[in-house]
This record gives sequence, structure tokens and C-alpha cells, in this order.
Amino acid sequence: MMNTLRLWWHRLVDPIDPPLMLILIMLIALSAGMMGSASPERMGAQMVNVLVALAIMRIVAQIPPQRLMHLAVPVYLLGIALLIGVALFGDISKGARRWLNLGVMRIQPSELMKIAMPLLLAWFFQRHETMLRLRDYGVAALLLLVPVALIARQPDLGTAVLVLAAGFYVIFLAGLSWKILGGMAVAAMAAAPLAWSLMHDYQRNRILTLIDPEKDPLGKGFHIIQSTIAIGSGGILGKGWGQGTQAQLDFLPERHTDFIFAVYSEEFGLIGNVVLLFLLSLLIGRGLMIAANGATMFARLLAGALTMIFFTYAFVNMGMVSGILPVVGVPLPFISYGGTALVTLSLAVGILMSIHKNRMLVQK
Amino acid sequence: MRPVKFSRSPLLSQRLPAWRQRLLLGLLLGGFLVLLGRSVYLQGINNEFLGDKGRARYERVIEISATRGRIVDRHGDVLAVSTPVKSVWAIPEDVKLSPAQSRDLSKMLDLDVRDLNRKLAADRDFVFVKRQIPPELATQVAGLKLAGIHLQNEYRRYYPAGDVMAHMLGFTGIEDKGQEGIELAFNDQLTGRAGSRRVIKDRRGNIVEDVESIHGPQEGKDIVLALDSKVQYLAYASLKKAITEHKAKAGGMVVLDARNGEILALVNLPTYNPNNRNRLAGAQLRNRALTDTFEPGSTMKPFTAALALDKGKVRFDTPIQTSPGKLTIGSATISDAHAHGLLTVAQVIQKSSNIGAAKLALSMTPAEMWEMFDHIGFGSPIKLGFPGEVGGRLRPAKYWKPIEQATMSYGHGISVTLMQMARAYQVFARDGDIVPLSLTRLDNPPPAGEQIFSAQTAREVRAMLEMAVQPGGTAPKAQIPGYRVAGKTGTAHKLEGGAYANKYVSSFVGFAPVSDPRLIVAVMIDEPSAGKHYGGEVAAPVFAEVMAGALRTLGVGSDAPLKPLQMANVELVKEGM
Repeated sequence: MMNTLRLWWHRLVDPIDPPLMLILIMLIALSAGMMGSASPERMGAQMVNVLVALAIMRIVAQIPPQRLMHLAVPVYLLGIALLIGVALFGDISKGARRWLNLGVMRIQPSELMKIAMPLLLAWFFQRHETMLRLRDYGVAALLLLVPVALIARQPDLGTAVLVLAAGFYVIFLAGLSWKILGGMAVAAMAAAPLAWSLMHDYQRNRILTLIDPEKDPLGKGFHIIQSTIAIGSGGILGKGWGQGTQAQLDFLPERHTDFIFAVYSEEFGLIGNVVLLFLLSLLIGRGLMIAANGATMFARLLAGALTMIFFTYAFVNMGMVSGILPVVGVPLPFISYGGTALVTLSLAVGILMSIHKNRMLVQK
Repeated sequence: MRPVKFSRSPLLSQRLPAWRQRLLLGLLLGGFLVLLGRSVYLQGINNEFLGDKGRARYERVIEISATRGRIVDRHGDVLAVSTPVKSVWAIPEDVKLSPAQSRDLSKMLDLDVRDLNRKLAADRDFVFVKRQIPPELATQVAGLKLAGIHLQNEYRRYYPAGDVMAHMLGFTGIEDKGQEGIELAFNDQLTGRAGSRRVIKDRRGNIVEDVESIHGPQEGKDIVLALDSKVQYLAYASLKKAITEHKAKAGGMVVLDARNGEILALVNLPTYNPNNRNRLAGAQLRNRALTDTFEPGSTMKPFTAALALDKGKVRFDTPIQTSPGKLTIGSATISDAHAHGLLTVAQVIQKSSNIGAAKLALSMTPAEMWEMFDHIGFGSPIKLGFPGEVGGRLRPAKYWKPIEQATMSYGHGISVTLMQMARAYQVFARDGDIVPLSLTRLDNPPPAGEQIFSAQTAREVRAMLEMAVQPGGTAPKAQIPGYRVAGKTGTAHKLEGGAYANKYVSSFVGFAPVSDPRLIVAVMIDEPSAGKHYGGEVAAPVFAEVMAGALRTLGVGSDAPLKPLQMANVELVKEGM
């Protein structure tokens, strides 16, 4: 009996990477703590989200990278098809067309692209591993820009940035030449005015608000002002769990989702922020370690890009909450309330675990 | 075969170039350092500023209103008291009422639905929906649990005596500040000082936590009036009856304690109900006894006589020729109602002869008379602290023409308020001096009075005034059983547009008991128009009724036998006008 149980347990945990799992558990515990302070009534729902996400992670961790590679093209094409579906038939909510109603459930196809994009590009570069030509980078860029454009059109700037970043990391890690990289940077700067003219008014406002939040303190600047006040009020040591005045007294908007960092920061102060950054660094470090030891180019590129996605999530979210980046809808990874982002991130962790499990050229 | 890591295989190793690694690490490190730096900036450097801004969002100092002091009469009966009420206010932006909710609320508050909706549509952060509703109603409103609708504690002033004491007490405005009468005159003592507390409020304005008391409210002090409710009720009832009986336009009455200047009663008619001031006319608000002047007529004569006695011009029984009932001074002629012939000074007062008074006046200089008028308080306001107090008309002596000096001696060409006249009669009720009037109960002897006439003069005029209410005088109806009474009638034509009209002001000022005067009562009835207009017929009976009742109420010992009054068959001596 005991043996059977032990066997089951062994099978259950076999594909799981203990260091990654440990870091993940710490982040989730922190998330639960913050939910208890910012929005206790959502605690139960978030725990369900966590269980679902962990189950998905465990399942994905068992899929060998080779199998994942076969999925790259179909998943990417499915993603594109769904994005087009959204553009044509999507539900509008809060002025943006992001959701696709499939009758039984509503899905947000752009979320899928955060994984599908690096998956596809990693597959693409693996295929051309032996001889990468400039033309291949061009094709890769095209494969990347189509979904990014579709997502940006919804409009969903946050997700577009994340998908773009995910794809770019793959291209960068695949060895894009220094010259092209520099050229792209210059081109991006040159394109900035064009991008500005293509932006929606509310997107422009977010950028203007970032530059001077006091200009419209009750309107567009409200989020940033309130969150910087919350963070600043925390001071070095913070006010203690559940003692954050700005969140508890309802002054802080979106406090359980995108702005949960402000709640955390007010309650745990600078010390808490250092701890959080340290935890995230551990996550990223472990991810990069896995990437460096990946068995194939596909595995290395995918693991590297996914790890960098964690960083991008964290940096964009904390940057916007503390008022140095424009407000875009990016949650704090593993901490913010919400199932969608959590599932995506756990999926990424699952892939990392699978890559780590299959790092040896020859199976044991 | 030993498993081998891909990166360890020299054949297959395809490490990231060094610069690419460095760029990647630099990006990671740089990103986190930027976040850390921002965190240090916000939490370490700007912490105090942002913390203050945060506190400014949730910390509020709220005022704890102090309860306004009560006003009580000399026996402690409550005349004005603040009761807690609630006011309904709203943050229009937060209010989202369904039509049914609007209907319920407007019905509950007795408001028109459209009015309610207009108030709630206002482009402001704060509007009063309805002020000062009873606590039970407020509980019902709170029961509706409407977003954006709030309640606030306030006090409403309640006056148990209603219109009986309206002018004495005055009233407070909606902000609980005194606007009239005692409420205004003693506002500072009554108000107290509001306290304050530091509280934490959430974004919706709900008080989440009570942090500390900054200072407690200092409750308003109670004011103990000199006023005696029983005397006041008596005065009110008698005056009201007389005004109805004589179809008069208005009236006033003042009751003073002759011993110390306390104001025991103050009545003006028409009056108003201070508890319900919805439809209030200016005439009702007038505190006539203090704000309206009138030419007093003959009630002025005793002062002329007293001055002549005091200056040694005449004695009590010096004869004065008033025949033939007319006297021409310059181009004007003055007259008496009857030709009285030769009268003593005492009889001039008793019969109220204008010619006698004029002759007494003309034996003195204008300056002497002006000084006397000034000393007894005519021409300048008493300054009790009531709004609109006036001093009356007393022209400087150097502009007086002889005819004016003559008419002023019997109360024409000079104007006074009823309170001034009552106050001035202290000189006869007391032994020639005047003490300041007091609205509040005096628990110590009054300050020394100002001596106007000698005690001897005062006693002599007192005797003349006693004669005036006896058979052969102008006001036998002022007598009361069991007490010796002294007083003087006044009947004056009203000045309208510079000329004397066929309208009258009837008055009576007197005191009792003569052996040791305790009360001074002054009555004024404006435009009696039911046929009678002489002070002796209109004002004197009111005086008698109030004086008799008040003396008995105060338990003043009688100083005359309780015999039927001698007035039934006596024809009233008509006074000069």
C-alpha cells in the first residue's frame, strides 16, 4: 500500500524541477497573502485558479520538448485564426475587442500567443539551425509582427508588448547580428512618431499621463498618483500586512489585479520590494540556467525566451505601478489576481521543467 | 553510455556569444536596478511627502458640535432648548437612485420628486437634501441604504413657550447662531466651542476608525434670565386681551423689578411662533418695546415736575394758573382737555395739565431740561444687546425753541421707547436713582444707581403719581385692591408724515406698592380704534390686571386695605394731549 502510494507520488513529482517549484510556491504563497489583504473575498477563486494552473504545469512538464516542437506550427496557426476571429466576431468589453465567445466559454486568444509565439520561432530557428541567413530573420520578423499587429489592433497594448518581447527574445537569442540589432533600434526610434500617430487616444493619454500625472489628477493620472502614494507611504519597513491605508480604504484602484504591487509595497515597504525582486531573480536565474543547458537549439531558445517573458511581465508591471512606465494591462506574474495570466505563466514554467527534465542528450 | 549535457559536449556546444550574454544580463540587472532605484526613491527619499499625501487622503478632522446652552427663566423653567435632529445631505456624484427610490425618499422627506432630483443633479460635491428632520425619520432614511445619501447630526432649537416669549428670546438660524433677542445678545455664552476629532475615512467618506479626540466640545452655557414666566404669561394674556378689545394695531409691555432693574417680562404684539417661522411678517418680528419709539405724551410730565422741584423752582403745593385752558407761546397755542383753573404742582400731575407742565418747563433753561432727559436715558439706546435698539429723538438744547421746550414737558417733540420709559420711572419707584437694567437674574445686589433727583423729590412725585390713579386723577382704573399704586397715563396723537393724525398711542407707566415699590409696569397700546383711546381707559386697566397678578405671584405684601375700589362713579379726568 505504502509502496503504491510512494510510486504514485514519485510519478507525480518526477517531471517537476524542485528549485523552480520551490520558487513558485513562495510566489504563490506571497500572492495568497496579498489576496488576503487586498481582496479576501477573492481568495477562494484564486486558489482554484492556482490549482488549475499547477495541474496544467504538471501536465506540460511531462510533454517532451520534441512533442512540443511538433505542436508549434498548429498552435501558432490556431492562434492566428482565433485572433482573426476576435477581430471579426469578438466581444467588446471596456472599449476593446479581446474576447472570443465560443458558446461554452470566452477565451482571450492573445494570451495563447504569449506561448505560441516563442514556440513557433524556436521551432523556426531550430529548422534553419545549420545555416541561418538574413532572409530567415526577415521571415521570423514577419511571423512575429502579424499576431502582434492583430493584438495591438484590439487594442491590447500590454499583451502586444509581451508577445513582441517574447518573439524578439527568440530572435535575439538565435543570434541576430549586432548590426541588424542596432539598425532595428534606430528604425524603432525613427518609427516612434509614426507609432504615436497610429496609437489610440487613450494610449497616447497613458504616455502623457506618465510624463505628468498631476495634470489630470482625478482622471487619467489617478491610477499612477494613487499607486505612487501607496508605495511611498510604505516607507522602508512598510505598514504591515493588512495595514495598507490606500488599499484598505479603497483609494487604490485595481488593487487586487494589476496594481497589487502597490498594496504589497505599502504593506511591506522597501524591504518587501527587495524580497520580491530577489524571488523573481531566483525564478529568472533558474530559467536561464535551464535555458543554457537545453538539449537542442529549440529548447534553449524557448526556455530563454520564456524566462525573459517572466522578466518582462515583472518589469512592465512594477514599472507602471511605480510610475516609470505607461499604464498597460500587464499583471504582476504569479501575484496578481486572475486565472488567465496564471495559466499562461504556469504553462511556461511547465515547459521549462520539461526542457530541464530532457536536458540530457541521451535519456537515462 | 554516460548521459552527457549538451553544453558539455565540445562537438555540439553552441554557446551564446559573450557579448550577447552580457547584454542579456545587463538588461536583467539594469531592469531590476531601475525598479529598485524607483522603490528607494519613493519609499526612502520621497517617503515623507508621499506619506503625507496618503494621510491627506484618508485622515480627516471632524467637528463635534457643542450643544447650545439652554435659556431658562429665573426659576429654572426651560424657555429654549436644543434637541438633536439630523440633516440629510448627499454627494450628488455618488447618488444613483432608481425612480422608485426617488419616490420613496421624496415621500419620506416631504419633498417634491422634481425638487429632489434637481438637488441631486447639482454639479457640486455636497448638497443638503433636507435639513433638521426628527431622529425617527432619519432612521427611516438610513434604512433605505441609498448610496451617496448621508446623515449629519445637528441641533434644532425648541421654544416651549412659543409666541409668548418670542421677542424676549429671539431665535437661532439654521446654523444654530442667534439671530434675535437673547439668542443673539448672549450668543457667545450659549454657543460653547465645538470640539474636534481625528478620524480615518475611506474614499466614500465613511468613518472607518476614530483615531483620537483633539479637544472635546465645550458645551454652551445656560443663560438664567431675570424673566419670570408667570409674570410674562400674565402680561402676554392681558395685553392680548386689551389689543383685541380695543382693536389696536400693536402693543407692548415691560415689567421691571424696581429693586434691582431686572426685566421680569417683555411682551410685544403682534408676535410669532419661534418654532415655526415659515410665514413671518416684519410686523410680527418687531421688538417694539426696544426698537419702536413713540411720543409718550403725559407720562413725561412727572419728570418735568421732578426737575422743577429738584431745582427749587416750585414746591409740592405751589399754585400754577392753568386758566383759561389755552396758552400761546410764540405763534403756537397749547391747550388742556378741560380748563382746570388754579392747580397745585401735584394737581398738574394728577389732572395731567399740559399748560401746567409747560409753565413748569418754561421756568427752567433748555440746558437743564436736556441734561435731565439725557441722564434718565432718553435719546440714547439702552444697549441690552438686542438688535435694532434705538435711542429715540432728543434734540440738543441749543436748537430748542420755547414752544418745543413747552411741548417736551408733556411728552411731545421727544420720542422714547417703552423700555426707556419704564427704566426712567425707576427714579420715582426708587429714591431718585436709576440702576442698569438686567436681562439675566441678579444674584447679587445691583451696582449703585445713578442719582438723578433727590430722594425728597422722588417721594413727592411718587405722591403725585399716587394721586393720579385715585378718584380725581386721570387713571382710577389703574388701582388694584390691597396695594397702593402710583402711575401716569399717556395719550398721544401719532405723528404721521410730520403732522398729528387722528390716531393715538395710549400708555400707562406705574409702580406698586407705593410704600415700598417693587414692580414697574409700562404698557403701550398702539392705535386703539374701538372708540376709547385715553391712556386711563385703554392702558390703565391692563396695567392694573398685570400689576395685581404679578404682585400676588411674587408674594409682595399688601400695603392698603382690601376694600372696593373707588372708581365706579368717578368720571375720568381727561388728560391734556
